[in-house]
Amino acid sequence: MLIEAINIVLLGMLVLTAFAAVRLHDLFAVTMMFGIYSLLAAVVFVVLDAVDVAFTEAAVGVGISTILMLATIGLVGRHEQRPAHRPLLPLLVVAVTGAALVYGTLDMPFFADPAAPVHQHVAPYYLGKSPEQTGIPNVVTSILASYRGYDTLGELAVIFTAGVGVLALLGLRRRKRPSKERPTP
Amino acid sequence: MRDNPVLRIVAKIIIPVILLFALYVQFHGDFGPGGGFQAGAIFAAGFILYGLVFGTEALRNAIPPGLLRFVIALGLVLYAGVGATTMLLGSDYLAYGALAHDLISGQHLGIFLVELGVGITVSAVIVTIFLAFAGRNDP
Repeated sequence: MLIEAINIVLLGMLVLTAFAAVRLHDLFAVTMMFGIYSLLAAVVFVVLDAVDVAFTEAAVGVGISTILMLATIGLVGRHEQRPAHRPLLPLLVVAVTGAALVYGTLDMPFFADPAAPVHQHVAPYYLGKSPEQTGIPNVVTSILASYRGYDTLGELAVIFTAGVGVLALLGLRRRKRPSKERPTP
Repeated sequence: MRDNPVLRIVAKIIIPVILLFALYVQFHGDFGPGGGFQAGAIFAAGFILYGLVFGTEALRNAIPPGLLRFVIALGLVLYAGVGATTMLLGSDYLAYGALAHDLISGQHLGIFLVELGVGITVSAVIVTIFLAFAGRNDP
């Protein structure tokens, strides 16, 4: 009962934050709203006992992406430009897509249903065998790095590609005028 | 921000703590919440704080861009290299049991190295993206 109340409050605040981010036109405030949104999502993950995911959301969603968005605002200015066209067609597209997604969730198993396919497939094997096969107490780490090592290698390749892409598009400027600041002997 | 003495002193005190906490998250991931992805983000946050307070030019002097490019690839090569090593030892790709004389210590060593590779690449990529964006504002 208490958990339900906490969930309702957190999800309600998520919706409010999302609406505030859409309505605001000051991009600095919008960035702060995104940070608050990620922090609330991290708290939701903690309530769901997914502490590792909450940790990632708090570090990346709240910290790093807020910093990167602020750095971008420093480049492009903090005020949103007036849109050149009416928002009716985009609103229609978003509404139809959202309705289709909500319709798709109707076929999903209920929240925390123990008979759901995801709890019947390989999860019982991992949870049962992980202590004797890997000897690692945190089952999330043993699944992520050992049982699902290929997937994590792929994720790392995605991050590597993102870094290489940013380097190729923007590049890092080499240190200029080193002779002025630090005279070479 | 470079002229604010309170900010400079607090940043100098807090940056080593951030880096130390990142190492704790990295190497304690087997026993509690954490791992390479989280630790890499926190480790990069320490460098980003340095760049915010002392300027991106100072950060670029602390980590040369050439080194950053090398480190981005190093983590992925370490991860893939663990897989190649287990294959050379006669087992499957990324089957860590072959790394040591028994299964459990092999798993421990393999997961340690793999998570280290994840942490290295993630932190280097985040610092690179920050430098690429924030460094464009410099005169």
